[in-house]
Amino acid sequence: MSEFAILGKPTPRVDGIPKVTGKAQYAADLSVAGMLYGEVLRSPYPHARILSIDTSRAERLPGVRGVITGKDFNGFRHGFMAHTRDESPLAPDKVRFIGDEVAAVAAIDPDIAHEAVELIRVEYEQLPAVFDPEEAMQEGAPAIHDHVQRNISAEMHFNFGDVEAAFARADHVREDRFYSQSVLHGFLEPHACIAQYEEPGKITFWGSKQSPYFPYRNLASAFKVPLSNVRVIQPVVGGGFGGKNDTFALDYAAVMLSKKTGHPVKFVYDIEDVLMAGRRRHPMIIYMKTGVKKDGTLLATECRVIADGGAYTAVGPMTIYLAGAFLTLPYKLPNLKYDAWRVYTNKPVSVAQRGHGVPQTRFAADCQLDLIAKDLGLDPVEIRLKNAIEPGHVTVNKIHISSCGLKETINRSTEFVNWKERKQELAKEREKGGRYLRGIGLACNGFMSGARLHGHTACAVVVKVHEDGTVSVLPGATDSGQGAETVLATMAAEVLGITLEDVHVSRVDSFLTPVDPGSYGSRVTSTAGPALLIAVGKCRTQLAEVAAKLLDAPVAEIEFRERKAFVKGDPTKQMPFGKLCRLAYQYGSGQVIIGEGYFGQNVALPNWDTGEGDVANAYTFGTQVAEVEVDRETGQVKLKKMIVAHDLGKMFNPLIVEGQHDGSIYGGMGQALYEECLNEDGLTLNPSILDYKMPTALDMPGVMESINIETNDPLGPFGAKESAEGTQVSTVPAIVNAIYDATGIMFTDLPITPEKVLRALEQKEQGGGPIVPASI
Amino acid sequence: MKYPLKLHVNQRTYNLEVYPSQNLRDVLREELGLTGTKEGCSTGNCGACTVIMNGMSVKSCLILALQADGKEILTVEGLSTNGQLHPLQESFIDKQAVQCGYCTPGMLMSAKALLDQNPNPTEEEVRDGLHGNICRCTGYVKIVEAVLDAAEKIGQ
Repeated sequence: MSEFAILGKPTPRVDGIPKVTGKAQYAADLSVAGMLYGEVLRSPYPHARILSIDTSRAERLPGVRGVITGKDFNGFRHGFMAHTRDESPLAPDKVRFIGDEVAAVAAIDPDIAHEAVELIRVEYEQLPAVFDPEEAMQEGAPAIHDHVQRNISAEMHFNFGDVEAAFARADHVREDRFYSQSVLHGFLEPHACIAQYEEPGKITFWGSKQSPYFPYRNLASAFKVPLSNVRVIQPVVGGGFGGKNDTFALDYAAVMLSKKTGHPVKFVYDIEDVLMAGRRRHPMIIYMKTGVKKDGTLLATECRVIADGGAYTAVGPMTIYLAGAFLTLPYKLPNLKYDAWRVYTNKPVSVAQRGHGVPQTRFAADCQLDLIAKDLGLDPVEIRLKNAIEPGHVTVNKIHISSCGLKETINRSTEFVNWKERKQELAKEREKGGRYLRGIGLACNGFMSGARLHGHTACAVVVKVHEDGTVSVLPGATDSGQGAETVLATMAAEVLGITLEDVHVSRVDSFLTPVDPGSYGSRVTSTAGPALLIAVGKCRTQLAEVAAKLLDAPVAEIEFRERKAFVKGDPTKQMPFGKLCRLAYQYGSGQVIIGEGYFGQNVALPNWDTGEGDVANAYTFGTQVAEVEVDRETGQVKLKKMIVAHDLGKMFNPLIVEGQHDGSIYGGMGQALYEECLNEDGLTLNPSILDYKMPTALDMPGVMESINIETNDPLGPFGAKESAEGTQVSTVPAIVNAIYDATGIMFTDLPITPEKVLRALEQKEQGGGPIVPASI
Repeated sequence: MKYPLKLHVNQRTYNLEVYPSQNLRDVLREELGLTGTKEGCSTGNCGACTVIMNGMSVKSCLILALQADGKEILTVEGLSTNGQLHPLQESFIDKQAVQCGYCTPGMLMSAKALLDQNPNPTEEEVRDGLHGNICRCTGYVKIVEAVLDAAEKIGQ
């Protein structure tokens, strides 16, 4: 029997019923009395100076209540760090991509707002634009931000060990170029918010935000009001994946228009806004040079990254930091040189997306590893086992690994598919010829369990025990669909010996819930989790003290389970949990059972200048094995099987974990095979879900398996680590390596579309090399 | 100019006046307050606004409200009866076919229409029946499992 009552069991999610009955309220479902409807005007040009804006016709349209432009924000700019604040709520003087927001209106209905936006006349002076990051960083390229040389938005240069010396003594060195394309987060709920500004300087804001304390801080700065005046209330959030962190034009515009009109203002973006102008994953050009010994031991990697940042910096410096820092995971790498430039282009802004920067460089590194294995005559599994990180390892850039089940994930996932036999079987099948080429491939990942942030990094939780034995959990962390509420409820119920039905997890309301940096970087279980354990632990202690008196036993002997308080070893002494809570509130002068806790990563800050140091308390590891089928006639690739083995420390709920893996595989498969924001001269050519090619239910593999490896991390809550992002990191290279096995062609340029496959197969038949050139 | 519209939604009849340009989704959400039907793409590609009209699943963003005049509409709010969840809703909870939940109402309605027409679908038929509904969170895996599970429950 498990030592836990709920933990590790496939319990239902706490938010299931409202979501299946249509009662869950998302931002677009809300309305406030007297509400107006907003719409933004977007730039039609990729790069242009704003000479004048005439809003008079819009203002005169009956039903219009307010029109604002960038000038209304008095020069306010926002950004990830003080020196990267390069973005204005609405562009005041210059537009930098097609879709950049220029003005906004509020009207009594959405149709009038739409009509009004079209009546705004903007006089532009078009400027030369640049769309290719390698061109943008040349001397003489158009300057997207006046003060910035060569359009470099951020750069990182790490140098650990001595790569030159290591290359000199390596038995084999190879250099390859990879390209990871622009993809969307893919959340189905477009951005939406309602804002209400009341004099003197009180802001209430309901918005679809995975990190609601971003707008809390940003709106206070933008409107110069105390933080305590900003009440951010989080509705149910329809997916985030890194794309609902920042504060956007609609959020600022809603508040400003409310301030101007005296009415609450609601904005709902179309999915076309998101597809055309929304944020996306950083495309990266990756030059990777790696040296190895004959036996496959990795000696050194030199990696150059040119990341296409789009028009503004946003969280970009962090992205290229992580893309480099994680090159030393999950394989032992004694020497690393990393040079990355994040470059402005006249395109939509690139930001964090599930895996944050790590999937791009891991795709390059893990695919190059298969090329190296081939060069040396080694099996892909063998070369990974040889280099796999083990517990206690310290990387060359001083990342300290505590728990690590990487080798077990490699062994378990490859055993599951009978790797050697299956690989031979498929090779034999291919020799026979035929329409379909099938192959198998694997890739590994290492990821952070709870991003360590500069500045405020702690998560906090308040737990209230009600007189009837139910419990409210007030976290600062958010659930944007990943199951955070259920995970927090599970931990609270486990500690107090009650059921999930007894626990209510509140969504963020910045008046009531504790401040939180944000729910990204796999921070909820890993960082809010320990905060919750401290908070609920305090409640448990208070209740145990009352129970000890009522049951006449020492405090240390009190146990909580099955909705009861027990005295250890004496079944006659027990009391229902609800009764205990009621009596506690009546005991003496009455005890109010409440606990609070906060937890921040206990590791030194990483050094932004050198790339040295920990980025989290703990790290997860995983392996994925993919099997694909390539159609030689149509060029289509079908993912047939995907096996995930993930070291998650401790499994809280198998259904949630599987769901997270399924979602990561889906996103990664989309990136590997189907999705791309096609852009021509700054214009997104495929701003519809159909043309963007988000995979459907028909595209998913028939066989998917999640294997969970529990390594009980010493710092994780109940030993747990993340299980929501790491899998996205290795999905792409596992699929690409499987295609390499099937075709002998390493596709270094994503996505691997039928056109690319057909062309490469043709080139191969004509005697072309084993690698497809990156550009097509 | 507004036109009269008689809508039968979740077994209740509504007499409304709507503009010819209003689509069924917006009338359900804004006039009737049935916000369970979600607004995704407005172009019929995402499936978040799927409802059942006279037994057929339709994307309510692509149906003009006046086209639904006199028709029987079922939305996610009408799936459970007398406080009892529909087997599909139960299975979506039990199998954790729900993550962010934004696609869920549309998925449930597509699944209901599928099971009404084909009570014993194969896995492939379920995938085919849901391929007009996009979900980023789940990779459809647990949604397909839930629909098969519900089919089994309904059949018993």
